[in-house]
Amino acid sequence: MTLSVTAPSGATHQMADAWRRKTSLRRLYTAIGVGLLIIALGSTMWFADEANAGHFFDRLPHLLDFLSWLVPKDWNDVWRAMFDIASPHDTGTQEFNFPLGRSYVWGSFYIPEYFELMLTTLNVALVSTFIGFVFAVPFSFIAARNLTPHPVLRQIVKRLMELLRAFPEIVIAGLFAAIVSIGPIAAIIAIGLHSIGALGKLFYEINENIDMRAEEGLRAVGANWFERVRFASLPQVLPNFMSYTLLRVEINVRISTIMGAVGGGGIGEELKLSISRGFGAKTIALVLLLFTTIFIVDQFSAWLRRKLVGEQAFVVGA
Amino acid sequence: MAALTADQIQSIEERFPQVFQRPFHKRFGPLMLLGGIFLYLLYALWFFNLPQVMRESHWERLPLFLTQWISYDVQPIFRLDETRITAKYPRFSVLGPNPDPDWVKTNADGSVTVLIDGAAKSVTFSKTQATITANGETVAVVLGTGKPLISGPVPGWITAHEDEVVADMGFAGEARVAVDRVRIRKRFLGWANFVFDTRSPFFGKSASEVASLIVSGPELKPGTSNLALAGDNIWNNAQWQHGDVWTKLLQTIVMAFLGTMLGGIVAFPLAFFAARNITPSRLVNQVLKRFFDFMRSIDMLIWALFFTRAFGPGPLAGSAAIFFTEIGTLGKTYSEALENIDDKPREGITSTGANGLLVQRYGVLPEVVPVFISQTLYQWESNTRGATIIGAVGAGGIGLKLWEAMRTNSNWANVFYMVLLILAVVFIFDNISNFLRRRLSQTIHDYNRIQTEQG
Repeated sequence: MTLSVTAPSGATHQMADAWRRKTSLRRLYTAIGVGLLIIALGSTMWFADEANAGHFFDRLPHLLDFLSWLVPKDWNDVWRAMFDIASPHDTGTQEFNFPLGRSYVWGSFYIPEYFELMLTTLNVALVSTFIGFVFAVPFSFIAARNLTPHPVLRQIVKRLMELLRAFPEIVIAGLFAAIVSIGPIAAIIAIGLHSIGALGKLFYEINENIDMRAEEGLRAVGANWFERVRFASLPQVLPNFMSYTLLRVEINVRISTIMGAVGGGGIGEELKLSISRGFGAKTIALVLLLFTTIFIVDQFSAWLRRKLVGEQAFVVGA
Repeated sequence: MAALTADQIQSIEERFPQVFQRPFHKRFGPLMLLGGIFLYLLYALWFFNLPQVMRESHWERLPLFLTQWISYDVQPIFRLDETRITAKYPRFSVLGPNPDPDWVKTNADGSVTVLIDGAAKSVTFSKTQATITANGETVAVVLGTGKPLISGPVPGWITAHEDEVVADMGFAGEARVAVDRVRIRKRFLGWANFVFDTRSPFFGKSASEVASLIVSGPELKPGTSNLALAGDNIWNNAQWQHGDVWTKLLQTIVMAFLGTMLGGIVAFPLAFFAARNITPSRLVNQVLKRFFDFMRSIDMLIWALFFTRAFGPGPLAGSAAIFFTEIGTLGKTYSEALENIDDKPREGITSTGANGLLVQRYGVLPEVVPVFISQTLYQWESNTRGATIIGAVGAGGIGLKLWEAMRTNSNWANVFYMVLLILAVVFIFDNISNFLRRRLSQTIHDYNRIQTEQG
């Protein structure tokens, strides 16, 4: 077999030139994009540094000094702080008043303070996710293009969910703190309202992708809207709904911790106090507890989601 | 329609046992789940002490606060024990110094009429008598006897206390009449002095007056052009603090941008080492994946509190907190995207003898970059919201300002102003990121289509 080499024709030359022009143009665009990004990064860094109370390069050498308070004199104090056991280093200050937080439930059996606070934070997350789920499910069927009972209703519900999603939680929490007093209830209302919007959006996007044949079948036998939703749509989407709800639980645990720090009760408040006053042992105990809880919640929810919908559960977002 | 016979029913049951004889946990699972949820809710009811909290809550404040979001009030006091009845306004009244509003009228006989909502809702008073008009009724209050006395029947909108008569006029305001003074609260819809505060030379001028002053008026402050003066007065408006609010808003946006971008830049190379199909070492994969989990599980709040202590309050602390959390989140999502790629392009590039870096560049990157960008945009969008909240613990941005404005319970109009700004930012960013992601998902979609078409 002989290899025949033909000289490139004019057309091939033209194609090669066009290709070269196109790639060089693309490279130029990429370079401009990267350049703009670098400028944006540089200028925002400068802006953030200027506006900050302490500047980055001034504070950097002291970063480890600041961490030194975190190291407790006696590492056993971490466990004592976590389980409310009296410390031999107790000098009557707030730093070591561990047993004060005990809440006795039965005789001398008590729940340590931090565990109780963690429980509050967890319960806030669970109850608000429940509120979100209960409202998001009907909203999502109304807001789905293919299932909505009325297009006008669909727009109203969609806009409402958008508003709930974008409305800053701390404003709702602050408003209700003035009404039902500062504490976990205000946090539940705030996170719950936000969850309605966040879950509702994800749910209706799932609803818009369902297989409509089951729905048509039910429509053919004269089922009404509720029956169609209940028997045709819901069985298709429920595993995905549950998966996203579990993801929401993970997010809500984090938000409820933050809410705690601004007065929503629970572990966030204690953590903020402990860090701002520089209580080493208490801070480490709180961080450990929070870290472990979030880790367990994440892993458990990941496991459950994998059981529900398989590997596709690992779309991070929401 | 003919009914089924027993035989037919039985044969159907035999043919579809998976429908009619389901295992116990499948038949009663959902019911038990519902029962469990119900029990949990009962427990939560007890845990949060809900009945008592509800009993002690002040729901009547809710409409009051909500009206304060979009309105403001003026509260003059009229002393009756002085020789002439004159209005006294609070020191920082929104009407400015020496106000003379047209809804307060001094009559020829020395009495004063205050029009709370036109003539239909008004109060006229002299030193001895007050006449309150509202809801189509007129009530006379005698003041000369040491106690305010109502002559005639007392309508529902008036509350008579021992030393004071309170007339509630709904949204328009209220009048409180005592023997020695009359207190008025008149409510206006809108935001007071949103553009110029009471100290500004432009205060109280109409838009056209301000415009003509700026274009051709004499310099109000020698040495400064009127345009610059107007801009300065708006920016430094004492009541609304536009300058501060907008700067803080920009800080929040910067925090989200900087944190997410830096997180992405750090997570990008790490993700290649964490993906098990790209780096064959199980140890390196696992170490990096646990590191990502660690960064994510130490909550953004904890990072924010730590960095606020380290760098002092401000956007630097907030950016650093988002940055550290994002290393975890983006590292996890990036490495998962890498693990899901198609291996064929990579094999093709390897077969040409390209070195490791080139294989990643031409065999892996084209597939994952759209996914990476899409996920980064998503995180950016959600961090814009998150940055508002962590700001409230001192990590910079508008969060703290918002929180402080709410603490006083009297500044709800300012709160609403900031909320509107945040909503606008979130809305704009949502749309930008949605638009970009839709474009990208089109790219991903096209890529997948070409892949399947070519087998």
